[in-house]
Amino acid sequence: MNMLQAINNALNIAMAANPRVVLFGEDVGVFGGVFRATSHLQDKYGRERCFNTPLTEQGIIGFANGLAAQGSTPVAEIQFADYIFPAFDQIVNEAAKFRYRSGDLFDVGGLTIRTPYGGGIAGGLYHSQSPEAYFAHTPGLKIVIPRNPHQAKGLLLAAIRDPNPVLFMEPKRLYRASVGEVPEADYELPLGVADVIREGRDITLLGWGAQMEVIEKAAALAEQDGIDCEIIDLRSILPWDIETVCDSVLKTGRLVVSHEAPLTGGFASEIAATVQERCFLYLEAPIRRVTGLDTPFPLVLEKEHLPDELKIYEAIKQSLNY
Amino acid sequence: MTGDELCIPIFKRLRQDGTLYPVEESQVQGEPSQDASPIERDTALRIYRTMLFTRVLDERMLAAQRQGRLSFYMQCTGEEATVIGSAAALQDDDMIMAQYREQGALAWRGFSCDEFMNQMFGNERDYGKGRQMPIHYGSRDLHYMTISSPLATQIPQATGYAYGQKLAGKGQCTITIFGEGAASEGDFHAALNMASVHRVPCIFLCRNNGYAISTPSCEQFAADGIAPRAFGYHMQSIRVDGNDVIAVYEATLAARKIAVETHQPVLIEAMTYRLAAHSSSDDPSGYRSKKEEAIWRDKDPILRMRNWLEAQGWWSEEEEKATGDQLRREVLESMKRAEKLAPPALDTLISDVYDTPTPLLTQQLEDVKQHIRKYPHAYPKGAASMGFTSQELEDSRKVYQERHQRVDGGQTS
Ligand SMILES: Cc1ncc(C[n+]2csc(CCOP(=O)(O)OP(=O)(O)O)c2C)c(N)n1
Repeated sequence: MNMLQAINNALNIAMAANPRVVLFGEDVGVFGGVFRATSHLQDKYGRERCFNTPLTEQGIIGFANGLAAQGSTPVAEIQFADYIFPAFDQIVNEAAKFRYRSGDLFDVGGLTIRTPYGGGIAGGLYHSQSPEAYFAHTPGLKIVIPRNPHQAKGLLLAAIRDPNPVLFMEPKRLYRASVGEVPEADYELPLGVADVIREGRDITLLGWGAQMEVIEKAAALAEQDGIDCEIIDLRSILPWDIETVCDSVLKTGRLVVSHEAPLTGGFASEIAATVQERCFLYLEAPIRRVTGLDTPFPLVLEKEHLPDELKIYEAIKQSLNY
Repeated sequence: MTGDELCIPIFKRLRQDGTLYPVEESQVQGEPSQDASPIERDTALRIYRTMLFTRVLDERMLAAQRQGRLSFYMQCTGEEATVIGSAAALQDDDMIMAQYREQGALAWRGFSCDEFMNQMFGNERDYGKGRQMPIHYGSRDLHYMTISSPLATQIPQATGYAYGQKLAGKGQCTITIFGEGAASEGDFHAALNMASVHRVPCIFLCRNNGYAISTPSCEQFAADGIAPRAFGYHMQSIRVDGNDVIAVYEATLAARKIAVETHQPVLIEAMTYRLAAHSSSDDPSGYRSKKEEAIWRDKDPILRMRNWLEAQGWWSEEEEKATGDQLRREVLESMKRAEKLAPPALDTLISDVYDTPTPLLTQQLEDVKQHIRKYPHAYPKGAASMGFTSQELEDSRKVYQERHQRVDGGQTS
């Protein structure tokens, strides 16, 4: 199964299991979404449970908030993460604060927002952004990013069933490129728990989503120099698994965090600050961040802008030679 | 009220066969009026040539995309009369703030074939410096605001731009063009409301082409299209046949007069059809029928105008053929030139983020350069901009492959 098929499969299972799961967004109906993540679901569950919305992101999320407050389980699609900003207010001021401001009289816990994010697809500045850090500054939201089809299915099912609003960001570069074994059955992967992909002695490499592929390649390069990397996929950006990350750094003494979004105010900054507080005396080298540049996303010079395996490999060596 | 009662009429001038609908008097006798020419000859021919150019451009660029020479493309096929007819009714220094399917308006203003190509291939002569996907054109000289992908964002900006024009007092206006899909965004409603409250010289032109990607207009709104929305904002509006170049031209002329002379915004809804796919990444066979497309192909706005021009004695079969051949040659040659040009310089990575790069950006560019010096083969465009030769890239690749042999072959989880 590829990642799109895994997402489609998860949505199908969620809809079959719970009649209150409702899917909507731009082009998700007959067409099955511009990436085809919702293919055939309208056929199966009817137009009331899977439908096209008018072209209004603020409308989509506002509608979803109301629907979730009513007790339904909306799964709203924002066609590209770049176009989530018209809905920013409905997400950060409404969805995230619903429970808190009402003293738990009302909540929108049923809400899941799915959106494709990330670069490497020659999409230029408006089809490549990774906006997780904007949302990570918002208490009350969960943010989840899968790295492969198996995770996409298990995490999406968990997100839909989680009693909190969840922003589920899908690495679109991997939609068709990432293929793997995915169980047919219904299963969930825990939110808020990082995944230690590989254990190692010398340095901890941390990332999420599409960046994991690149990190694994960098680790393979470093291995040839005799460097043994521990690799962690954070999976959930909010809340994030501080324990797993810090335990690893306490062991290796070194950390490289990588993400596609710009450096300044990126989520790697939050991680670096926390790890520094908790592991200061164990650190053998400064924590390194390998990220996109502090510029909007370019088109022609995308390769130069993006953090890739060579840039991460260099950061690993610098950390070890510090 | 039922839907039928709500249905506002469509202003039409030209039939598909090239004859004009009867004006009031001749309507009584049922005779088409052929006397007065609504668009003077030179303007009409220039409009028509521009329509042919965009049709050729669309055909060639879609083919280029299919051959992998171009990453992406969006056609305006079927909507030429709306876009070019309206642009022709404006003054050259009126502002155009378009959505993305309006290459015709830019071509009308004189954007050259090379300028189109440079943007699409993102080369060193692209005014946008290779940052945006193909078709996101812009030209300060031609008063054409650079396209932004997030839909509808240009509509309230047009209101603001037009307010500035009013303050400047030079009698200019702004036209903003958008799809019926984009008119669902909050930005659309905010824009119209502010425009009517502040009485700005702005023309809101909606291309109602039936689809927003796969979403048909009946799933976009339940009301009678876009034109009646003007009522709620106390604004004049008109619905025109968007495949009728004369109707669009005349409606826009009238709208411009209202906007500039009385500082009142106007909403125009042009009823047309997106004959092509949404974009080169789309396949419309998944959501609409060949039959429906065929009905609209019979309403081809270019053919309609050609019939009219021929009836006027202003155009012929020979001119059609010669112009088509010449345009195809021009587009192909221009494409070859643009493909050969170098990519934008590496320094464009950090320019224009601010008026001058911040110290942190300068540092980041330095770091990128230092990294490229180590692995030039992995960044061919950046390396080329730094003066590395292809031989040097080859050498770098060899060194890398020898050092990391096992990695390149093996794969990761
Ligand atoms: C804010 C925003 N949401 C979604 C998109 C993705 N998108 C690009 S074009 C398009 C359809 C636009 O339809 P319409 O405005 O009717 O214009 P048309 O393509 O029919 O000319 C969509 C949904 C976007 N570019 N911006």
